[in-house]
Amino acid sequence: MPFSAQLPASGERYALSASLDNARHLSSLLRAVHFQDYATCLATASGLRVTVEDAKCIQANAFIQAEIFQEFSVQEESVMFRISLSVLLDCLTIFGSSSLPGTSTALRMCYRGYGYPLMLFLEEGGVVTVCKINTQEPEELLDFDFCSTKVVNKIILQSEGLREAFAELDMTSEVLQITMSPDKPYFRLSTFGNAGSAHLDYPRDSDLMEAFHCNQTQTNRYKISLLKPSTKALALSCKVSIRTDAQGFLSLQYMIRNEDGQICFVEYYCCPDEDITEAEL
Amino acid sequence: MRFRAKIVDVACLSHFSRIVNTVAKLAKTCILRLTVCKLYFILSDKVANGGASLWCELSQGNFFDEFQMEGVAAEHNEIYLEFVPENLSRALKTAQSAKAVKIKLTNKHCPCLRVAVELPSLPSSSRIVTHDIPVGVIPRRMWNDFREPSVPDFDVSIYLPVLKTMKSVVERMKNLSNFIVIEANLSGEMNLKIETDLVSVTTHFKDLGNPPWASEDRCQSSAQGKDLESMAEACIDIKKLQQLLAGQQVNPTKALCNIARKRIVHFILLHEEVSLQYFIPAIA
Repeated sequence: MPFSAQLPASGERYALSASLDNARHLSSLLRAVHFQDYATCLATASGLRVTVEDAKCIQANAFIQAEIFQEFSVQEESVMFRISLSVLLDCLTIFGSSSLPGTSTALRMCYRGYGYPLMLFLEEGGVVTVCKINTQEPEELLDFDFCSTKVVNKIILQSEGLREAFAELDMTSEVLQITMSPDKPYFRLSTFGNAGSAHLDYPRDSDLMEAFHCNQTQTNRYKISLLKPSTKALALSCKVSIRTDAQGFLSLQYMIRNEDGQICFVEYYCCPDEDITEAEL
Repeated sequence: MRFRAKIVDVACLSHFSRIVNTVAKLAKTCILRLTVCKLYFILSDKVANGGASLWCELSQGNFFDEFQMEGVAAEHNEIYLEFVPENLSRALKTAQSAKAVKIKLTNKHCPCLRVAVELPSLPSSSRIVTHDIPVGVIPRRMWNDFREPSVPDFDVSIYLPVLKTMKSVVERMKNLSNFIVIEANLSGEMNLKIETDLVSVTTHFKDLGNPPWASEDRCQSSAQGKDLESMAEACIDIKKLQQLLAGQQVNPTKALCNIARKRIVHFILLHEEVSLQYFIPAIA
């Protein structure tokens, strides 16, 4: 069996070693945060977190918890490295990205530690692919310091309600304005593009609204080009939670169900656009 | 010099279109050689093509209901035309539901292949869409440039893996590197490898089988019962390989390749009525 010919002898210790019967469980989530070439991977006993950042004001994290994997072991407390996400995705989808029923790519991932490449072993239909991807020194990541105690406004929506809105965002607008309020319009998305302004309101008693906890009227603007990639995460998800804190920092958390019905999360954090932050409609 | 042909059968037309599409993916410009019995699409290994050569051969009887050809002279009853296959491909696209397609060599203002597509319209009347594809007539003295390439003395001959899998793998590898190493041995094993500063990827195929002639005298390494496991490899331009695989819309009846270590990779794809050979030279 080709895999065993390549696997390390049982005595060798890998800083990170993991097995996944269906590589799509990993690749589809990584695609949802793939808006930059490079990503930082952090592996702990709880699982894998892959972080992508841009412009020092947006950060996306994909969480694949240990339970999703058939095997997941991290030798030290945590293992962290920077890697080309584009290359990683090309390798994970080496046998194609279409999901034909009944076929899946099995994955084994090994990382010896600092300075070593990430090794991937992928198998589908008896064909084995071995990848060796160089890793880099991890860079410092932004800390949005977003915790539940600092949240001012929070809503949870069913994703299907937002999908069309996000797919059709007026990209000629520089910003996406988000208004959240205990009073009308409750939750409003606005753009200001070449053709004019567009407002999309979601009433608090809408069927799509799963939870509505708004304490204060807040209107914040975010660079639309930074938020647009989150559409990928939205497309995969069944629910999304939208939260803001006192400074207008935005947290979008997407609940994603994979092919086997397991739950994973992707989150996006975004800083408000510096120039305008209003606390009124 | 005269040429006139007609296709009426829908299946033949669609098959012919597919072949032209495949050729269009491999060559910007190529030679169409017409003989009494066969059609050939030829690309010879000039430097401009990055050295790759194409030889695609089909029996006209399997496609055309009518086929009349008169060559340049009685002793040389053939016609060689230079043309852009994409033009023919586009013309044939309009012929998907055609009643008939007629192809004729004309010379009104300049030599052209006139493709007349008869489309069904209201009952008892037809629409005809005509495409004039400019061609260059290749003079007799240059015909030697377009002879069938000889099969190289190869080291290994092996059947290709499932093309769909090979295509996916090569497409992804193309994102990572400009060159690919293809290696195979006489035990039915083939590896595709790319290596750059950033990443190396190797895909291993097994149990592919080697064609029976692999053990004839043609094949150097088997004659003295040499190591069946030893790999013959060649590093080639990945784009050429990807174009070849991308052009395969239907699974061939037989697909194999001959590898002459560090020199050339010779692909042979056989469908029922057409054979396609593609030669990709190794990068030094």
